[in-house]
Amino acid sequence: MNLTLRIWRQRGPEEPGAMTTYEVADVSPDMSFLEMLDTLNEELILRGEEPVAFDHDCREGICGACGVVINGEAHGPERTTTCQLHMRHFRDGDTIDVEPWRSAAFPVVKDLVVDRSAFDRVIGSGGYITAPTGSAPEAHATPVPKAAADTAFENAECIGCGACVAACPNGSAMLFTAAKVVHLNSLPQGGPERERRVLDMVDAMDAEGFGGCTHTGVCTTVCPKGIPLASIATLNREYLRATRKGAA
Amino acid sequence: MALATRTPTKAPTPPAPGPPRRRPTTAAGRLWHSTVGKKAVMAVSGLIMLLYLVAHMIGNLKVFFGPDEMNGYAHWLRTIGEPALHHGWFLWIMRPVLLLALVAHAVAAYQLSRRDLAARPVGYAHRGRRSSYATHTMRWGGVIIGLFVIWHILDLTTGTVNPRGQAGHPYENIVASFQTWYGNVIYIVAMLAVGLHLRHGFAGAARTLGAGGRGRERAWTLAANGLALILTCGFLSVPVGVMTGLVD
Amino acid sequence: MTSPNSFADYRVGEPLADTKAPTGPIAERWSRRRFEAKLVNPANRRKHTVIVVGTGLAGGSAGATLAEQGYHVVQFCYQDSPRRAHSIAAQGGINAAKNYRNDGDSVQRLFYDTVKGGDFRARESNVHRLAEVSVEIIDQCVAQGVPFAREYGGLLDTRSFGGVQVSRTFYARGQTGQQLLLGAYQALSRQIAAGNVEMHPRTEMLDLIVIDGRARGIVARDLITGRVGTYLADAVVLATGGYGNVFHLSTNAKNSNATAIWRAHRRGAYFANPCFTQIHPTCIPRSGDHQSKLTLMSESLRNDGRIWVPKRPGDTRPPAEIPEEDRDYYLERIYPSFGNLVPRDIASRAAKNVCDEGRGVGPGGQGVYLDFADAIARLGREAVAARYGNLFEMYERITAEDPYRVPMRIYPAIHYTMGGLWVDYDLQTTIPGLFAIGEANFSDHGANRLGASALMQGLADGYFILPATLADYLARHPHEEVPAGHPAIAEATSAVTERLGRLLAADGDRTPESFHRELGELLWDECGMARNEAGLRKALGRIPELREEFWRRVRVPGSGQELNQSLEKANRVGDYLELAELMCLDALHRTESCGGHFREESQTPEGEAERRDEEFSYAAAWEFTAPGEAPVLHKEQLTFAYVHPTQRSYT
Repeated sequence: MNLTLRIWRQRGPEEPGAMTTYEVADVSPDMSFLEMLDTLNEELILRGEEPVAFDHDCREGICGACGVVINGEAHGPERTTTCQLHMRHFRDGDTIDVEPWRSAAFPVVKDLVVDRSAFDRVIGSGGYITAPTGSAPEAHATPVPKAAADTAFENAECIGCGACVAACPNGSAMLFTAAKVVHLNSLPQGGPERERRVLDMVDAMDAEGFGGCTHTGVCTTVCPKGIPLASIATLNREYLRATRKGAA
Repeated sequence: MALATRTPTKAPTPPAPGPPRRRPTTAAGRLWHSTVGKKAVMAVSGLIMLLYLVAHMIGNLKVFFGPDEMNGYAHWLRTIGEPALHHGWFLWIMRPVLLLALVAHAVAAYQLSRRDLAARPVGYAHRGRRSSYATHTMRWGGVIIGLFVIWHILDLTTGTVNPRGQAGHPYENIVASFQTWYGNVIYIVAMLAVGLHLRHGFAGAARTLGAGGRGRERAWTLAANGLALILTCGFLSVPVGVMTGLVD
Repeated sequence: MTSPNSFADYRVGEPLADTKAPTGPIAERWSRRRFEAKLVNPANRRKHTVIVVGTGLAGGSAGATLAEQGYHVVQFCYQDSPRRAHSIAAQGGINAAKNYRNDGDSVQRLFYDTVKGGDFRARESNVHRLAEVSVEIIDQCVAQGVPFAREYGGLLDTRSFGGVQVSRTFYARGQTGQQLLLGAYQALSRQIAAGNVEMHPRTEMLDLIVIDGRARGIVARDLITGRVGTYLADAVVLATGGYGNVFHLSTNAKNSNATAIWRAHRRGAYFANPCFTQIHPTCIPRSGDHQSKLTLMSESLRNDGRIWVPKRPGDTRPPAEIPEEDRDYYLERIYPSFGNLVPRDIASRAAKNVCDEGRGVGPGGQGVYLDFADAIARLGREAVAARYGNLFEMYERITAEDPYRVPMRIYPAIHYTMGGLWVDYDLQTTIPGLFAIGEANFSDHGANRLGASALMQGLADGYFILPATLADYLARHPHEEVPAGHPAIAEATSAVTERLGRLLAADGDRTPESFHRELGELLWDECGMARNEAGLRKALGRIPELREEFWRRVRVPGSGQELNQSLEKANRVGDYLELAELMCLDALHRTESCGGHFREESQTPEGEAERRDEEFSYAAAWEFTAPGEAPVLHKEQLTFAYVHPTQRSYT
């Protein structure tokens, strides 16, 4: 099939950008969206133009590196990562708009590449359990109820792609932060740092310039891993609990 | 194994590369300075106003039982708490509480909205299906409701803009107000805004306060929809009653 | 056959010996080594800077642990965040000899299985240490909050994996690698926030700085600004993963690459057993020339799926129309006792054989059916969905075929590389001060890796082994400043910038990707699942031509002073074009078959791999001489005192 792409091109963080139109011919429905961009880039290189920069790595939907907004939707029309979106979901003659994640906390680096290091700083502020190597007790010393383990896992699945922030009209990172807080706070191992973790992570999230949550729920509808909206409720509960307990 | 380890967990101020942290020491200060806490303030103030609205709506229905019932009810309101409270004091206690809730709600909303808008400085060229509908109805709905409250006080509390404006005769004032076309339009628009505001706001408040865990999301959404519907219908029944001649 | 090229005329140099491995009973060697290792006074640790390149399971866990111990860690990854390293894609699980099932597992048995699984080409001492440390890894990960699968009693669940008879694999649904990596990443993030790790994401190591024979730093390019910078340290740790992407199509991440280890090799680190590559039998076949990478599906599918192809070559009927009598369930036919559960290399080769006979299915005839019809009939659709639902979903998303109705198509793909930088028992390469951990080294898996052992090795190296052995090195080499403006620094920097400049200036007419694809196809054909002398010599003839053509005809638009993904790619392909040559030479020189390395000349009458222990019971460590010139082979003899070598048989 033949497609028209309108892609955001921007040379650098301080440069102005614009949507630029490209025609791509002979796209196979079996191609992934990124393979379709690869094809375009091969052509651009041979024409002596700069290929479109985009982040990607594992192309299996787990590393979280890829992610663009396709026709106004983070990761495109299917609930998956951009690398796992296939061209069979488009039709011959379609015009497809491709834009980078938009958020003040994710400045554009080049073309479709954005800087998501804010996420790393949110994790660094408290998204861990302090367990220096060698200090761990025997793994079976603390049984974890299966329900807690399942809740932890469901939230630990977050791949940190940033689609939630990109889709949220407020550029809010609540779902991302909630996923980590719920993962760790659900486990007995996460207990000792439970209050400190949630307070620190929310502070860090705010300091990075993410917006607040207005419960539009769009974050969960684009989340490739299906982190539930209920996690945000749990984050709020944990936060209020920690505030009440006066954790420093 | 016995590898010596050092845990810098209690490092006083880690030289974090992120922005500096300044966490207020009091619970109230902490709440007000984080997006999550500020949302909690909005949720609580919103719920106070919601309780008031429920009482107000039920009181309004007295209009269907004729002027004596209605005016008697209005008079009774001033006698609540007697003899412990002086005549009218109950209302004068309620008013600052409501005013405080309103101001807290509005200021928090304003500050959060500014923050949210700043967090998404650049929009998408391609407007997606999932627009920021809820966020917009909350913001603009809130403004509409705020303006209406001023009108409503001038109309039926002080009587300044009421065609009749006779103190101590709320029944007659209500009928007079709803016999003008603009009185009806303003009221109906405002009540629809209240309904929409509640519909999203109530479920959001529940989540903000940490209710609505896994599986209870739907229940809260249904409750919000039901509550919004009942309140809107209840309020709208009065102008409809006047217009249809059921109340005159 | 006389060799037309000089590269194959390698010289055999001095034998190599692992001088760090303690002697004595194998079960006591690791504790002896730790006791004999010198320690660094906690107060002095901060003065030592350690560079760690890579943030996967090995690098992430090493960086976090070294920083916890008080060293100043400077860490690099090419990704935008340390959380994205390709360890994240590991699905199956992690082995540990916990024996929670009381099914007869022990450190001894895990040791035995790993040596045997590696086809007797791994060091006994290293493997035993790995088995010992495995139990500590699980404790460590649980303490970090890794959400392993649990039973209703709250205890950890395990499953059996990769044909072993004990249930020792811990898992977190199909995302064990992700969960373990996030655990390490979170520990690392804590150290970054505390200022103990200086993290450089989106920064790629392009050369090693060796001063007075010791590794003292790296040259790395900031991928955003293009700035080529030098970073100095007291020791350098490479945790940059394997080199499977030399084949172009593999299950590795698109940007996983061999540049760091190859540059280290060029600076003097020996490269061991480069031809030991592992092929995974259950990957989704390629759908066309646009294919950019291959996706693996868990091997567990073979527990219930039946593998078959049509009996007649060129049978293009849809699978449902091929009657039972026209189907060849070839694994069940050839290996009646193991059937569809034969080890990875055997299953892979059998698939290649039937496809070579023209009986392959799907586009290009590069696929075999993995049929669940019998399983669905026997267990019911729901039971099959409960076991494999997420895998079926993934398959359907990629291929648009419903595996509940149409048999899956699978084909083998390059998955893991057992070869890597040669390291001693301390995980130190032949360059003092340069350490290699995880898949980047060659040490523990021999000629074939068992399922669920890669995660174990990466974390063992990073959390437990390296921190102990590196301390010994640092204690013996007190910190001394590298003289500013040392000529080695300028030399390494200018070599990097000159090379990047050449790539940008070539202004040819072929893309870096086209060279990569061509090289990959050549390697897959001649140095893939089955190798023979003629094919390897052909590849050894073609690779230098391709390399020459690359430097003449490659086209890289843009500049070096910005984010330039074509430049990154081209630079990596340039290194693949050198590494591929060494792989082929190693495969050529090892005229036996063992593990993942199958030489057609060395097989039993039944067509099985035949090892030749008397000649090849050694690790082949290659020393770099000059580009395109014959390397020097150093043999490290392997002795087996605890597990007696036997020929594998699965018929």
